[in-house]
Amino acid sequence: MRLRPHVIVFLAPAVVVYTALMILPLIGTLNLALFSRAPDGGAVFSGLRNFATLFGDPRWSGAFWNALANNAWFFLIHMLVQNPVGIMLAALLSSPRLRMAAFYRTAIFVPTILSFVIVGFVWKLILSPIWGIAPGMLDAVGLKALFAPWLGKEEYALTALALISVWQFVGIPMMLIYAALLSIPDTVIEAAEMDGVTGWSQFWKIKLPLILPSIGIVSILTFVGNFNAFDLIYVAQGALAGPDFSTDILGTFLYRTFFGFQLQIGDPHMGAAIATAMFAIILLGVCIYLFAVQSRMRRYEF
Amino acid sequence: MNSERPALLLARHSVFRGLAAHAVLITYTIIALFPVFVIVINSLKSRRAIFADPLALPGPANFDLVGYVTVLEQGNFFRYFLNSLTVTGASLFFVLLFGAMAAFALSEYRFRGNTLMGLYLALGIMVPIRLGTVAILQMMVASGLVNTLLALILVYTAQGLPLAIFILAEFMRGVSSDLKNAGRIDGLSEYTIFFRLVLPLVRPALATVAVFTLIPIWNDLWFPLILAPSEATKTVTLGAQVFIGQFVTNWNAVLAALSLAIVPVLVLYLIFSRQLIRGITAGAVK
Repeated sequence: MRLRPHVIVFLAPAVVVYTALMILPLIGTLNLALFSRAPDGGAVFSGLRNFATLFGDPRWSGAFWNALANNAWFFLIHMLVQNPVGIMLAALLSSPRLRMAAFYRTAIFVPTILSFVIVGFVWKLILSPIWGIAPGMLDAVGLKALFAPWLGKEEYALTALALISVWQFVGIPMMLIYAALLSIPDTVIEAAEMDGVTGWSQFWKIKLPLILPSIGIVSILTFVGNFNAFDLIYVAQGALAGPDFSTDILGTFLYRTFFGFQLQIGDPHMGAAIATAMFAIILLGVCIYLFAVQSRMRRYEF
Repeated sequence: MNSERPALLLARHSVFRGLAAHAVLITYTIIALFPVFVIVINSLKSRRAIFADPLALPGPANFDLVGYVTVLEQGNFFRYFLNSLTVTGASLFFVLLFGAMAAFALSEYRFRGNTLMGLYLALGIMVPIRLGTVAILQMMVASGLVNTLLALILVYTAQGLPLAIFILAEFMRGVSSDLKNAGRIDGLSEYTIFFRLVLPLVRPALATVAVFTLIPIWNDLWFPLILAPSEATKTVTLGAQVFIGQFVTNWNAVLAALSLAIVPVLVLYLIFSRQLIRGITAGAVK
């Protein structure tokens, strides 16, 4: 079918703003990756040499794989904790005749609206071994031995930050799944009840298949959000993502490279090369979702 | 077995289930609100009381507003608040309008390049717009938009559009095509179908997208810092961050600044969440 005028009118404003302020600047960044800094301070074309350095030079590739592995763990925790908890909360909230549902929904979403500045600051306070609300509370129930300075230990810091991030963002899957559950028509639920399918079996057999497209959206949003994450690590651990880079993810690695830190000066060209690698990783994940998952998913029109 | 007992069992069973649901939800609500509670109660206490017993409620013995006094003397919080409100409101409006229009075009019409256009617009979900910061800054300098709120509005509109289009298109595919075709038979234009029939039906999705678009814009630190750091264009988040940097050891002032930064976005969210409830229930009853 030919492109008719009203289709152009519907598409044009979004396409123009998006192209001018997002796509063109991004192309500018990808372009930067193909250049290197010349001794005179200018830029010289160097083809793929920045990528050869990133993956070939052990100093660079070690940092890159460390960040990627940390990022994968960060994502795994979100998929295993944030999304199941979000779905469970949405299922509880959507049960009919539940009192105070609006209150719970509003309250559980509150962390999501807070800025990283606030979240980083408050969790550092709560988990601090010195000011310590967490050690005091564990002490009160006789579990003081369990306390460790989680954000300061290499083996716990990344998991602790991932759980803080889960705490902050669990409202998003909850809201999306909740909206999907509410949009299931009453007739479908009534028909299920007529057939004696109620409670948990109703959730597993009737509702879950109907909200699968929403769960798919939630998963892909989690993936993209996690592989772009930066702010929480930055406000809690600083650009060095300590202790000893154990919380370094792709976003902080990119930031350090791009803007520099301490003794190393910023290198926009290597930074752009990392940005390009991040772009490729995310693109791969999204393509897997679009072609392997979404196209096979059944969608129901009510 | 007589006929009453299964019903009785069922009723008892559902009471138990109701209590269990409340127990889980209350537990999670406490986890969600506890850190905010810690900030707010401690912002109202004297410095000594903050350190002595962080969990004590503010009372006559330890009540102290010194933090708030410092913040209100130093900062220009009212101006920052207006700036944040302007930027967030304008960006939200454009994201919802342009996003819904594009999502409708993608979900409703089969035209050559539809899938490609969908992928093109979805690219923006995958790449943080921050990766293009250098080029954006050059563009804003060239057009003289540095240190204006318009620069932020443009960037945030571009930032919010991809996700809005993705979610809205997904929801619009679920709108019954019989309804739209009935409108067409009645001679409605495509524009009328979009604004009068489809938009009201996707209100829950619009409210959801609104909340998701609003939050990152309100809380963003990066672009205000780079594109509009002047005193006249500072947003609340940037103002709070600058304040924390200056008053790092003055915990009263930092906690008060954080409390003040929470309040506006909380109020905004509470207003919106009422719309959200209305929108969601309107969408569910078809």
